[in-house]
Amino acid sequence: MKNILEVKDLSLSLNGRNILKNINMEVWEGYVHAIVGPNGAGKSTLASAIMGLEGYRHYSGSIQFKGKNISKLSIDERARMGITFGWQEPARYEGLLIRDFLKAAAGNKNNDFIHEQLERVGLDPDEYANRAVDKTLSGGERKKVELASILAMDPDLVLLDEPDSGIDVETLDKMFEVIKEQRKKKRTIILITHSLAVLKQADHAFIFCNGEILKKDVAKKVIPYFKNKCLPCKHKNIPEEEGVQLG
Amino acid sequence: MDKNDLTRELSRITETDDIFKQPDIAHIFIHHHKVIQSHLLPGLKVDVKEFKDHIEVNTIVEKNVKIDKPVHMCFGMIPEEGIQKMIIKNEIQENASASFLAHCAFPNAVDIQHIMDGTIKVGKNARYRYLERHVHGFHGGVKVYPHAKILLSESARFYSEFELIKGRAGLIDINYEASCEADSVLEMITRISGKGDDQIMIKEIGHLIGERARGFLSSRVAATGNTRAEVYNKLTASAAYARGHVDCTEIIKDNGIVSAIPIVEVNHPKAHITHEAALGSVDSKQLQTLMARGLSEEAATDLIIKGLLS
Repeated sequence: MKNILEVKDLSLSLNGRNILKNINMEVWEGYVHAIVGPNGAGKSTLASAIMGLEGYRHYSGSIQFKGKNISKLSIDERARMGITFGWQEPARYEGLLIRDFLKAAAGNKNNDFIHEQLERVGLDPDEYANRAVDKTLSGGERKKVELASILAMDPDLVLLDEPDSGIDVETLDKMFEVIKEQRKKKRTIILITHSLAVLKQADHAFIFCNGEILKKDVAKKVIPYFKNKCLPCKHKNIPEEEGVQLG
Repeated sequence: MDKNDLTRELSRITETDDIFKQPDIAHIFIHHHKVIQSHLLPGLKVDVKEFKDHIEVNTIVEKNVKIDKPVHMCFGMIPEEGIQKMIIKNEIQENASASFLAHCAFPNAVDIQHIMDGTIKVGKNARYRYLERHVHGFHGGVKVYPHAKILLSESARFYSEFELIKGRAGLIDINYEASCEADSVLEMITRISGKGDDQIMIKEIGHLIGERARGFLSSRVAATGNTRAEVYNKLTASAAYARGHVDCTEIIKDNGIVSAIPIVEVNHPKAHITHEAALGSVDSKQLQTLMARGLSEEAATDLIIKGLLS
């Protein structure tokens, strides 16, 4: 297996609290990975650190992408290397058309290409291309637009934070289709979730608890553990006291 | 330049060449204090008085007349220096409806003043849309003073948009004040992009004096470079069921400075007005989302501002 991403000895504190504690993980290229765990486990913090978001870049340790240490790179530099991030609640933009939002991600490809991306996420281009990415879109529509912009960018590694948050079953199915399609194209996806349905889309998974990796394995083996011991979480904030072997 | 040359130049700058081929589109072109081209339609009366130091333009859309396509009014000056002062009276009579699109072009301005003192009267149950688009050059040598008093009769609707996105704003001092009778609707929207040392002052006031009158004041300003922008939006309600909203969003970049004073004043227990204002740098999440797609901070900021002002 070839690693596209390697996180080494990564620790991060926010407001004096240790959120990530010496994280080590390897992400195989071309697979769908899930980071699961209860609220406050540090999943989104890790994803934010990988993307280099504001307030999450003061970590110790290193993050290597395609063999290069990206810790000193800005968000856009990391994006141009092939990483992107899908927010749990995507931003809304007054007046910015969906077409222009997608074009920005696609490096200004033509309208036909933009329309194809909208169709891939189940949005009718005639209806949506000239609408704004603003508050007139429902939560599900906005999530689909976010996904379409990620497809338009066609990155090597996608971090999706709580992809199922605030969307209906139909939209979730469409999202899962897109994930399968990306897997076929050998793109790497990291799903940040506490949902069993989302975890089932993954090939490989990391269970997070209290800022540490509690368990990592192929998803099929992680699912029963997560289902039985993490839902509801019995060891939140005390993994060591439960006697769980890390790693 | 003769009149034809000036007309051609103004229409080129304002991208209005097509209107000359369409007989159902009325237009009037004014360069400095002279009318250089016009075409009117039945029910639309325009009376012009030209003076050395100003021009008076009285426009009437007669009772019950509906003008389907926008009336294009092109105001401007091609030279680098000068003063264009316009006294404008627009009357949209009872049950009439019209849309006016004013193109204001000062492409070579080094030291130009454009002064407009307007009176707009929208009659009972009449509809009037007034869109004012400015095209300025990149010297910033324009001082624009659009001032207007607006009277909305019962059930009248007035919608205005002031837009200055291309070129430098220079100095802009907008001062509109509207009075709204029962069941009338007022909407005033302003979008301005300031660059360099531009100064932007927006004062828009609406008085909802009739029952069920409604008002909406919206301003969108991007202050980049060393731009200074002040926005003063005031909506008052003094009748039952009057409703209104004031909304200011101002973005700053570089050394820009913005201030906004949204004032709401309610003098009747059954009236209701709300306001919201957001001032500051570009929203961090909006910015980071675009950067996570590979845009530089500069490109992402420009795209967000472009959307806001569109």
